[in-house]
Amino acid sequence: MNAIFSRGPLLGLRLLLAVLCSVGLMVVDRYTERSTQLRSFLTSAVSPLFYVASLPETLLSGATEQFMSHQRLLDENARLKETMLRQNGQLQLLGYLQQENSKLRALLGSAPLTDGQRLVAEVLAVYSHPFSHQVVLNKGKNDGVTVHQPIIDESGVVGQIVSVGPTSSRALLISDNTHAISVRAERTGIRTVAEGLGQWDLLRVIHLPQSADIRVGDRLLTSGLDGLFPEGYPVAEVSRVQQDESQPFMTVYAKPYAQLDRIRHVLLLWPGSRLEDVLDAEEPN
Amino acid sequence: MRRNGGLGFIYLSLLVALLLTVMPMPQQVKLFRPDWALLVVLYWTMALPGRVNILTAFLLGFLTDVLIGTVLGVNALAFSVVTFIVAVNHLKIRNFSVIQQALLIGLFLALYHLLLFWLSHFLTGVYFLPAYLWPVLTGMLVWPWLFWLLRRYRRQFKIQ
Repeated sequence: MNAIFSRGPLLGLRLLLAVLCSVGLMVVDRYTERSTQLRSFLTSAVSPLFYVASLPETLLSGATEQFMSHQRLLDENARLKETMLRQNGQLQLLGYLQQENSKLRALLGSAPLTDGQRLVAEVLAVYSHPFSHQVVLNKGKNDGVTVHQPIIDESGVVGQIVSVGPTSSRALLISDNTHAISVRAERTGIRTVAEGLGQWDLLRVIHLPQSADIRVGDRLLTSGLDGLFPEGYPVAEVSRVQQDESQPFMTVYAKPYAQLDRIRHVLLLWPGSRLEDVLDAEEPN
Repeated sequence: MRRNGGLGFIYLSLLVALLLTVMPMPQQVKLFRPDWALLVVLYWTMALPGRVNILTAFLLGFLTDVLIGTVLGVNALAFSVVTFIVAVNHLKIRNFSVIQQALLIGLFLALYHLLLFWLSHFLTGVYFLPAYLWPVLTGMLVWPWLFWLLRRYRRQFKIQ
């Protein structure tokens, strides 16, 4: 017990040291370029924890599948087959349209849209601290994942990779309040920026002048202008428009298409080295 | 050897707390998730301030930062400050009844969330929602059970 009392004044010193270290860390993480490397290293160091933490859930869902009745499996199988048939039908049309589109683009002399490689990744952990909307994916450097790579799910854009470990990586969601994405309204073609607010089902569309033509229900697609997200993927639907003449800009909110709070599987995109493709296309002329 | 007895058990409990912090859960439940890591480190600080204090809290806070993706150092600082208060007053807090302790813990948790919000607001500009304070309440409710569980654990393995 005596040891504790003799430590009394030392505690203050320890606190001072801890505070200084923390402030140093914050400055390094927030204001320097090295933080991405540091984060990537730390992500790989703690990735076993994520695997262990998601173990109960994996076991549970495995058990559910095991005990699922035969009839339900058959039903699900039939439903999936039907969906696949329908989507394959649409894909045939898409192939034709893509071909036509690239011909037209070639005629106009504009850059062809590249269809990059993609990879399915599973979500290991969705960390939902209100101050950081991130997910940990089970693909890493070994699978060719790189920082700033866009990720989508079946309904829309999900986010982008911010740090990569050997077997896992961490992605920032579009709803995080440090994230912003360049978008274009599908109906009118207005370009704008949608930023996260730290809420799962809400994005704020910023810098729209009062005269901008935007309505509730407008689809917002990626514009490709940020150089990260390939053009044309659905991001969000405008859910609320408030016009207040005393304000310089309209207040517009949108709801992301991707169900950010319950994502299980995502697609990693390699948008393709579009610039090189353009150069290649131009060289023969 | 007697002095070192049980250090492994302390770290084991801290590891479990970290696992609970990142365990995947449905979205509705997540909002109410108590701050397990902080609660467990506060218990050990109160019970064995000579073994677990600011250094442990700092490291655990740093790990929490890495795991949940907040700006590095934010949780480390908030953990350290709250643990400091408990370490200084551990003899007083020990004498309170479990209910009084739970109320105090609620106060500490509120301070923790306040620090976390201030720092995050300053660094990344987050907006405040009253829903962020749910873990304070759940933490208070969880404390008596956690206290009982960890005391049994400590006595079972004779950690001192």
